[in-house]
Amino acid sequence: MGERLRKYGFVAGFLAVPVTLYVVFVISPYIQAFQLSLTGWNGISSVVTYVGLDNFARLVRDEVFWQALRTHGITLLVLPLVTIAIALVFAFLLNLGGGSRGAGMAGVGGSAFYKVVFFAPQVLAVAIVGVLWKQIYRPDENGVINGALVKLGMEPVGWMSEPETALWALLAVMVWQAVGFYVVLFSAGMAAIPKDYFEAAMLDGAGRVRLFFTITLPLLRDTLQVAWVYLGIAAFDCFALVNVLTVDAGGPDGATTVLPVEIFKNFFSYSKVGYASAMGVALFFLTITFAVLTLRVTRREKIEL
Amino acid sequence: MRDKPKPSVFSALSHVALIVWTLLIILPLLWIFLASFKNNTEIFGDALQLPGALRWDNWARALEKANVGIYMVNTVVVVFFSTAGTMLFGSMAAYVLARYRFPGNRLIYLLFVSGMAFPVFLAIGPLFFVVKQFGLLESHVGLIVVYIAYSLPFTVFFLAAFFRTLPEAVAEAARIDGASHTRTFFQVMLPMAKPGMVSITIFNVLGQWNQYLLPLALVPSDRSKWVITQGIADISTIAGYEADWPALFAALNLAIIPVLIVYIVFQRQIQSGLGAGALK
Repeated sequence: MGERLRKYGFVAGFLAVPVTLYVVFVISPYIQAFQLSLTGWNGISSVVTYVGLDNFARLVRDEVFWQALRTHGITLLVLPLVTIAIALVFAFLLNLGGGSRGAGMAGVGGSAFYKVVFFAPQVLAVAIVGVLWKQIYRPDENGVINGALVKLGMEPVGWMSEPETALWALLAVMVWQAVGFYVVLFSAGMAAIPKDYFEAAMLDGAGRVRLFFTITLPLLRDTLQVAWVYLGIAAFDCFALVNVLTVDAGGPDGATTVLPVEIFKNFFSYSKVGYASAMGVALFFLTITFAVLTLRVTRREKIEL
Repeated sequence: MRDKPKPSVFSALSHVALIVWTLLIILPLLWIFLASFKNNTEIFGDALQLPGALRWDNWARALEKANVGIYMVNTVVVVFFSTAGTMLFGSMAAYVLARYRFPGNRLIYLLFVSGMAFPVFLAIGPLFFVVKQFGLLESHVGLIVVYIAYSLPFTVFFLAAFFRTLPEAVAEAARIDGASHTRTFFQVMLPMAKPGMVSITIFNVLGQWNQYLLPLALVPSDRSKWVITQGIADISTIAGYEADWPALFAALNLAIIPVLIVYIVFQRQIQSGLGAGALK
């Protein structure tokens, strides 16, 4: 009896602080957000009026909401595809591109150096990366890209100030920062593939391109799914980069805006607490839908195997 | 099919691709570094020219006048305490949830893990009011406490999985020797979990160092309390009307270079620490 009591005392003692912190600062705000999304509260007045689903009805008619969804949609397609494609090619070159060398497959020369460099942007804060690229993208010849374009006799481009280029320039920065992480992730996956698979295929005369498509890619399936989920979730964030890098946080004219940025603006700048919360709820359901859909697809692929 | 792929053409092409990406990463950083020595005239001139002199006073202005020194110290203090707290409380919760049977275990575990599925933007507004009620707005304590709370889901998830793999025999032996549950944890189990602890510590240090949303929301106006990310973002917006672009470039370098140095020294651990997030 004493031992059992001591055990429960120990368990309660160890859980008390983390569970309290977590419930107070994480769980309770989430629950309040759902509640607030049904109110028209402005964050100050002592009267909180419940407005039912009015906020959501307004949301559906809000052009900015659809602009944000468009950004998320394009990012959800482009970011994972481009990042994974580039990272796969580099991971393949760095781990297996050197062909068979003695006992097994090897990467091209200098692969350790490349891995260190490629991963470097990953350790920089996204906000810092945003400020960095804001300077690189300067609209006239004093931005480094435009400086080079002018030298080549071309017109400078307003990378972030033109609605047509802003989103793509933003996506380029996201890819720039993300690739290195996935090179390292895929390298770990490739290292786990038994070397004799490659050797057997090469003995049969398969070239490196065929090795990539018939052995590497199918055996990396699980890692690729992890990458897809990670990049998909990142596509629903983008807060720091859009806030720092784009014109007027989400501009020009909403061309790069995302829900997190609109939530922040509505809450902290416009004091529309209820409306911001409704956006948060919408974002939550979008993220959950994405996760569930991805898991569905994953499961089906597993059965087919 | 050929007997063997042509190694020369293939490796030449692969090296070109790899070198291009290397340049895409190094050149922007190098340009920012060089620009930190330029004066305003050079910054508004041809971007591809070199600075006329090594103007270290740009860096001095960034450190003192633009507060970058203060922002760095604040960030170090906040991240030190928040990571330490995250590791302490996260490992305690994870250990108990992974290795003890008691009513409510599963529920608490799921409560923690579900936190990974919720976008933080959903909570950010109400969180502001919660922190305000405790009188912790514009304070490092508030930031530290919130960082810990939001780092717990992944930390608990990861460490619980790690603690489950540790052999029961060792804990049993310690208990037979008369060690209390608490002592068993701190002196036997925690040291055995060192590889997992190292990975997840690096993961949390980087994540909390890079945090931008939470300080922006919870330390909105007291500049003396700001962390580096919000500080640099602010310098970037005010550089326009203070017309001190050289200090902005110097400030950016002050934020980037220490991180890159730490990265180069600990690259192996950092890569596996961040990778830990993906290899669950």
